[in-house]
Amino acid sequence: MSSLTVVRAGALTTVQDLGRPGHAHLGVPRSGALDEPAHLLANRLVGNPGGCATLETTVNGCALRTDTAVTVAVTGAPCAVRADGRPVAWCAPVRLPAGAVLDVGPARAGLRSYVAFAGGVAVPPVLGSRSRDLLSGLGPDPLADGARLPLGAPCGPPAAADVVPWAAPPTGGLVLPLVLGPRDDWFAPQALRILAGDGFRVSSASNRIGLRTDGPALPRARTDELPSEGMVLGAVQVPPAGRPVVFLADHPTTGGYPVVGVVPAPALAAAAQAAPGTPVRFVPVRA
Amino acid sequence: MTGAAAMRPRVLPVGRHALLVEVAGSEEAQVFHAELLRRRAAGALPPIREIVPAARTVLLDGVGDPHALAARIAEWTVPPADAAEGEPVVLPVRYDGADLAEVAALWGVAEEEVPRLHASMSFRVAFCGFAPGFGYLTGAPEHLHVPRRATPRTAVPAGSVGLAGPYTGVYPSSSPGGWQLIGRTDVRLWDPAREPAALLAPGTRVRFEEIA
Repeated sequence: MSSLTVVRAGALTTVQDLGRPGHAHLGVPRSGALDEPAHLLANRLVGNPGGCATLETTVNGCALRTDTAVTVAVTGAPCAVRADGRPVAWCAPVRLPAGAVLDVGPARAGLRSYVAFAGGVAVPPVLGSRSRDLLSGLGPDPLADGARLPLGAPCGPPAAADVVPWAAPPTGGLVLPLVLGPRDDWFAPQALRILAGDGFRVSSASNRIGLRTDGPALPRARTDELPSEGMVLGAVQVPPAGRPVVFLADHPTTGGYPVVGVVPAPALAAAAQAAPGTPVRFVPVRA
Repeated sequence: MTGAAAMRPRVLPVGRHALLVEVAGSEEAQVFHAELLRRRAAGALPPIREIVPAARTVLLDGVGDPHALAARIAEWTVPPADAAEGEPVVLPVRYDGADLAEVAALWGVAEEEVPRLHASMSFRVAFCGFAPGFGYLTGAPEHLHVPRRATPRTAVPAGSVGLAGPYTGVYPSSSPGGWQLIGRTDVRLWDPAREPAALLAPGTRVRFEEIA
């Protein structure tokens, strides 16, 4: 079986696929690629089904050496991509010769790039998924320098795409649609105006569990304790300090703080690419 | 589970593909959850990706047409508590937890009475959360509910049996925790390589047995 060796792990590089939904009742987060469209595109470019595992980088990319010739593609956050030092295309299939080092550079915009290999990263699945879940620790460890990861057998020809249109990560500001509820009645009426205003920025404490915000506190109409209830992807939970947290793929399955609204899943790819300091607004939309 | 006969669930939309069904309390949530599983097993529900019970709610996530399902649920008559009485999972425990004296004081009994009392109760997994395989077990009478520790521990070993509020729980893996620890079991609550990975799922009955 062919494999890849980690030359430079980067700040945080994890194996991700489409996650392990269906186990939330056991306390198992869904996990999976944060920017799912970028993960799917990377797979498509190398001829993989969407469920094959890719590598998700954070901020400063990573570098890898494969022991056999393999087709790769890098999507998500735009970055310089090099094969043995020579520039190659971002967001396109690239044929790497055996032993070549693929260097995925720092994100020029956004945070997370996705690296797909024909055949996928073939670490053993846990509960049907190869995703690393940073909340519960399920799945393979984040990449470390020198680690080796198995690659699967290529399963199809790479996509015959030269140019793929792709929305740039948010730089000017992140506007997240918000379907109100189930606990919007726990907040004072002015909370909605504050959410839609220009007071919030993406906090540096954000991670795969949630996009945290800095900004004004949302005033509550009720201050009693909410018994734990089930949480969905995109839920905007408001802890006692009042700054909203948008739940991303590794979010806890239950939580005891009120959810003012839910960001529909298609809008979360942009949230996954929003760097700390990015202004963020929550615009109520109809369900 | 008597109050369940007159159950009138409140159904709240959650985003575009989920519903939160809110009932009066923990018993009602367990009855409603059992009813959902019964209907799903009978093929009487549309596909639902996740059914997540909690303290007094059941979340239905990954629903194609939540409005239609909400309208159907509003018309349900949920029979009172035929919570299937399967064989309980029995967990042998050494009652030597660090908070045993504290719990004995809160219960108003001698320390050596705590194991006998705790092992005499019948528990049920009301819901899971906090960590994979961590069950919130109900069944302790109200006068034996205890508060969480004022200061959580940074590391609680796997297998620790703890109490908090109305719940008993067993830590499936080592983690920080604020529950009052009364003992420890060697049974593996969570093993992703096992089928099923979680020994305790919502609805499972549980008893504890003192290791002499």
